[in-house]
Amino acid sequence: MKSSGVIGKTLGWVDDRTGLVAVTEHAMFHKVPRSAKWWYVFGSATLMFFIVQLVTGVLLTTLFVPSAAEAYQSLVYIDEKIPMGWMLRALHGWSSNAMCIMMLIHMTQIFLHGTYKFPRELTWVAGVALCVTTLGLAFTGQIMRWDANAYWGLGIGAAIVDRVPFAGNWLRSVVLGGPDISGATLSRFFALHVFILPGTAIGLIGLHLILVLKGGISEMPKVGQPIVPETYREEYESRVKKTGVPFFPDAARRDMVFCGAALIGLIGLAAWYGPFGPGPVPSPTIIEVAPRPDGLFLWLFAVLALLPPDSETFLILVGPPVGIAFLAALPFLSPRGERAPSRRPISVIILCIIVTALAVLTWLGETSPWSPVMKAWTSIPTPIEYVRHRSPLELQGAIQLQYAQCRNCHSIGGEGGKRGPALDDVATRLSWDQLVRQIQQGGGNMPAYGKNLSSAETEALVAFLSTLDGGSLPARIPGAMERQPGRDQSPTADPRADIGDDSDADAELDSDTVAAR
Amino acid sequence: MSERPSETSAGADSPSTPSAEAGGCEGCEAVKSGGRRGFLFAAGTTLLTVGGGLAAVPIVGVAIGPAEASDPNRWISLGKATNFKTGETVLVKFTNPWDSPTDGDTNQNVCYVRCIDHQTFQVFAVTCAHLGCPVEWFAQSRLFMCPCHGGVYYEDGARASGPPPRGLYEYIWRVEDGSFEILGGRLPGLQEST
Repeated sequence: MKSSGVIGKTLGWVDDRTGLVAVTEHAMFHKVPRSAKWWYVFGSATLMFFIVQLVTGVLLTTLFVPSAAEAYQSLVYIDEKIPMGWMLRALHGWSSNAMCIMMLIHMTQIFLHGTYKFPRELTWVAGVALCVTTLGLAFTGQIMRWDANAYWGLGIGAAIVDRVPFAGNWLRSVVLGGPDISGATLSRFFALHVFILPGTAIGLIGLHLILVLKGGISEMPKVGQPIVPETYREEYESRVKKTGVPFFPDAARRDMVFCGAALIGLIGLAAWYGPFGPGPVPSPTIIEVAPRPDGLFLWLFAVLALLPPDSETFLILVGPPVGIAFLAALPFLSPRGERAPSRRPISVIILCIIVTALAVLTWLGETSPWSPVMKAWTSIPTPIEYVRHRSPLELQGAIQLQYAQCRNCHSIGGEGGKRGPALDDVATRLSWDQLVRQIQQGGGNMPAYGKNLSSAETEALVAFLSTLDGGSLPARIPGAMERQPGRDQSPTADPRADIGDDSDADAELDSDTVAAR
Repeated sequence: MSERPSETSAGADSPSTPSAEAGGCEGCEAVKSGGRRGFLFAAGTTLLTVGGGLAAVPIVGVAIGPAEASDPNRWISLGKATNFKTGETVLVKFTNPWDSPTDGDTNQNVCYVRCIDHQTFQVFAVTCAHLGCPVEWFAQSRLFMCPCHGGVYYEDGARASGPPPRGLYEYIWRVEDGSFEILGGRLPGLQEST
């Protein structure tokens, strides 16, 4: 009792001088709707991961050297020499992803439940600003992992900035801190990642929480209970007063359970998978790299590949600001009315389209079928069934297919680039003459090889391609095989036969195979 | 804070302000009223503006300084012109003409030199004109390919296919006393002249 008396007196003194105890008490014990249950845990989880980021981030700044000359070595040192240093980096990396995912789920829930409407418009706007800040932290964090991906990722960022009309070149120098990517660039992004963006985030989180307290935690949406600004506040307060429960401990229980489980999950992921990178060293002289953004930005990587070139610059520069402005303006465009998803079909459809589009684009970004497989021509073998029983000219063509890097963009036997169509059955689609024309003149996203291949090389290549008829399909366009004198009468192995079995190659000369032809 | 209203009402050097009734702010009235308080407010505002402006000079200067710096391009020697073989395109390393102690490997750079004959060259930046990924030269097909979004260029740097809006960026070159030199230093970009 004496102890509690001392505590009580101390708290009273602190409150008298600061007013903070009353504020904290209000925040902890203010009444929230009884219906605020599991849907409401994602905002708390986002905050928890942000705190993890702050703590691990501050520690990492004591170990990381933000100098282009030493950053990479300092990361390797943290991973390999500092006790539990790798775990610290792993926690920071995985918590970054977790924070972004929780934030996006939280935003989705707020959108789906129409919580952004009156009187919580500015809570939403602060949330949109937090979203942008968090994505900025994620991007600049990728730069802190000072490896080849970071270096060339900066080059991509610079190329995008460079597209700004008139001021692009000037702006690019400001962003890079010089005329090219250098030590100054890393320093600038370090300042952004460690000071400017976290400071902004802390300010915005404070504002966001004050606004949550001011507007009150929303109820679960109910059909037939639309938002009417003229009467909403009075009705909400009356309902919460009557049926609400204190935030702590009633509503906070679920937050605590979810956050605790998420934290343990984070530690498990970090311990199991370890830190992200660093990848290859960030040297401008090592160009055999294929820069890829982190998972969170793969959709953007896909968008940049799929946008029509004519409108690309406009969409890159105008799309994001317009999208963010539209998100921020949402509560002002729709401040009242029903919140229940079942009464807001257009919102639900828009959400479904956005989520599906992002999921598909992320998957496309992960598989990146538009990217050539740069080492396919040297590293992927030609399937044996495609070269068995081929004439010397055709075999020469098979070599030419590899040697001219065709395989970097075209697959055969399921392996190779996906930028161009697979060539397994190209002879069923193109005649001899069409193949020659396509190779020499290009078109349809393929370069013209007319100046790059001799006529003999082209002939050999076409001879090989004209044998690729998909195995069981006859060449649909006459004139492919027939262009080779006597070749149409020759036995051709069924490419599907004897896969993985070379021993009885001669058996394919049997009459059945020939008859199938 | 709570003393201010009484000071206003009791102040001898300014007329009493009906601002509260009119819905205006007392501070605004004080500024308009002139006198000692108005002077102090105006002086404070002026001093803060001047001070802020002076402080902004180094702050903004350092922030945007890199963009205002003089042209960083310098002539960089890539060795003897005769080192290049006619008909070949090769990757050549060079050191940026400017650097700082913290640049590390980033003060290095590379370009592709295409030797048409020993009097005629083309020098390409390795960065794709689409979004800046490094393009790779394939001598067999005589093409440059970009690993990111599939931009392809011919050996003369012209765009062959894919999303790039133009051909490869080219460096200006010259041969001085047998030395092959390029004008480099700035990361090539869409708004460059070459």
